[in-house]
Amino acid sequence: MGKTLFDKIWDSHIVMSKPEHPDAVYINTHFIHEVTSPQAFDGLRKRGIPVFRPQKTRATADHNVPTMDQHLPIKEALSRHQVEMLTKNTTEFGVELYGLGHPFQGIVHVIGPELGITLPGMTIVCGDSHTSTHGAFGAVAFGIGTSEVEQVLATQCILQYKPKRMKIEVNGTLKNGVLSKDIILYIISKISASGATGYFVEYAGDAIRNLSMEARMTICNMSIEMGARGGLIAPDETTFNYIKGRQFAPQGADWDKALAYWQTLYSDSDAQFDKVLTFDAADIEPQITYGTNPGMGMGVSQHIPSLEQVEEKERPSFKKSLDYMDLEPGSTLLGKKIDYVFIGSCTNSRIEDLRLVADYVKGKRKADDVVVWIVPGSKQVEAQAKEEGIDKVFAAAGFQLREPGCSACLGMNEDKVPAGMYCISTSNRNFEGRQGPNARTFLASPLTAAAAALTGRVMDVTKNI
Amino acid sequence: MSKIFQHLVSAAVPVPIENIDTDQIIPARFLKATTREGFGENLFRDWRFDANNQPKADFVLNNPVYSGKVLVAGKNFGCGSSREHAAWALADYGFKVVVSSFFADIFKNNALNNFILPVQVSEDFLDKVFKAIETDPKAQIEVDLENQFIRIVATGEQESFDINAYKKTCLLNGYDDIDYLLSLRQDIEQYEGTRAFNF
Repeated sequence: MGKTLFDKIWDSHIVMSKPEHPDAVYINTHFIHEVTSPQAFDGLRKRGIPVFRPQKTRATADHNVPTMDQHLPIKEALSRHQVEMLTKNTTEFGVELYGLGHPFQGIVHVIGPELGITLPGMTIVCGDSHTSTHGAFGAVAFGIGTSEVEQVLATQCILQYKPKRMKIEVNGTLKNGVLSKDIILYIISKISASGATGYFVEYAGDAIRNLSMEARMTICNMSIEMGARGGLIAPDETTFNYIKGRQFAPQGADWDKALAYWQTLYSDSDAQFDKVLTFDAADIEPQITYGTNPGMGMGVSQHIPSLEQVEEKERPSFKKSLDYMDLEPGSTLLGKKIDYVFIGSCTNSRIEDLRLVADYVKGKRKADDVVVWIVPGSKQVEAQAKEEGIDKVFAAAGFQLREPGCSACLGMNEDKVPAGMYCISTSNRNFEGRQGPNARTFLASPLTAAAAALTGRVMDVTKNI
Repeated sequence: MSKIFQHLVSAAVPVPIENIDTDQIIPARFLKATTREGFGENLFRDWRFDANNQPKADFVLNNPVYSGKVLVAGKNFGCGSSREHAAWALADYGFKVVVSSFFADIFKNNALNNFILPVQVSEDFLDKVFKAIETDPKAQIEVDLENQFIRIVATGEQESFDINAYKKTCLLNGYDDIDYLLSLRQDIEQYEGTRAFNF
């Protein structure tokens, strides 16, 4: 019987598989950042051991960095300390760091792919649940906790039980104005925030195959939001063309050898999945979330479920969620006034996202009472945007183009949405307080966010493009 | 942090909410520490305290009637961010066991790596535990790892739970994953020699 893509990669990375034990899985690339690594380095110190393969770990500072005036010292003492600890730890243990001021600095899941570090067939981990992003290249990539970061630093391996395999096929043609962000929000709304827990997902079907690498990354990025360990897409010409020529990508004879291997990375036609789901791209309209987990989403023209439409057992949590959002069951979000627009995060901060938004808003101006933050995913994205004149489009529209970092995705750094305010956000989580204490988040695509920036309201972008 | 878990009998704290994500367990703005200690004071920070840092009377952790080393929560507990700080906060606050009908994967690993036992029970049994605590806030819950069961002491109702044999051994004896992985050093080096690519 044939193998799934996931099985091919997983099985070829097993160092030790013992009965009753989790597999010891070899890790090709380990990314670290300032928030989830300090305790792991401390663990190494306590054990008196070095980083086993320091050249296989790369570090950047992203979660805790300000997105204005990055050339100045970080104002907040604890954030500054954490970023300084990353510099100290990476220096002491011999790990490459792309810290503040470095031309490669940026959100860890943006820089790995754009530097050609992320490659098909790899196993990739990081102390961050959105590591699933790298799966877009046909890699087995997943988020881990700090104890596991320490495992990888100490041994380049991780102990894991093999998850089950799920295939999600999306076939057909997307409507104009519907983006990959809408595809993944749609899938999560259909299967819930825990619908893929215990599974590793392979996305397939022509609607996926027709997406750019940036768009595929957006899909894989949010795999964790339905509980999946990770999500991946078989590499193809789109993948190879994206990688070729990037900073750390293989070159010359190495490229040819790698390419020959990458071309074997697909699920065999008779491979068995534990679960298969199929969706029709034509059914998908621009999506928006109304609640406080990413499964609470709907088409932008739809109505929030009424209490009667929610299972009785789930009503208390549903009601708590809508109370937090100050929304009525059964109501629509079209025309809902918003206060902030955040276009950024490891989900949607790549050059393609910025280009799309710039094209849409060119020559127009934001609504007066809306604050618009555009936060590029990396120094390279920022530089590219400037080279293409996108920065001027944003400036003319009254948008703030800030410096790279996780920014308002997680309410950890200085960029927070004030209490009670509504933010339409291209990020990945709408949890209570995610963007700041009592901030209210609507997750949506960069286009839906751009439309809201211009009008100050939730809009259906398919109506005016 | 106690590096061992075997058996306990304790009162339990009920939080009957579904999809409790790790941002609720410990909000991101409290992740700036570089050690594993002290996160307990910010456990469920925004549910426990208002904007003026005053305890919210209606949250269960602020109700002196409830106490104990067992947290009982709705399904899909620990979803969202991989932050191990969530497990550190629960451990630092004094929880040894979390009972739910469903756990998010990364949280489950993080909990086990911190010697907190995630006990996954059926929806029915979870309801029974909530009811038992509603009837008597001091209702004792017994959790036995060796024999893999959870029991409501007052009623004797019990259910067995799953845990993989490896992790069970780790918890019962205080072993951790790194000890095991470090013992595989030769196998790891041997594996590296077999790889066709230097990545």
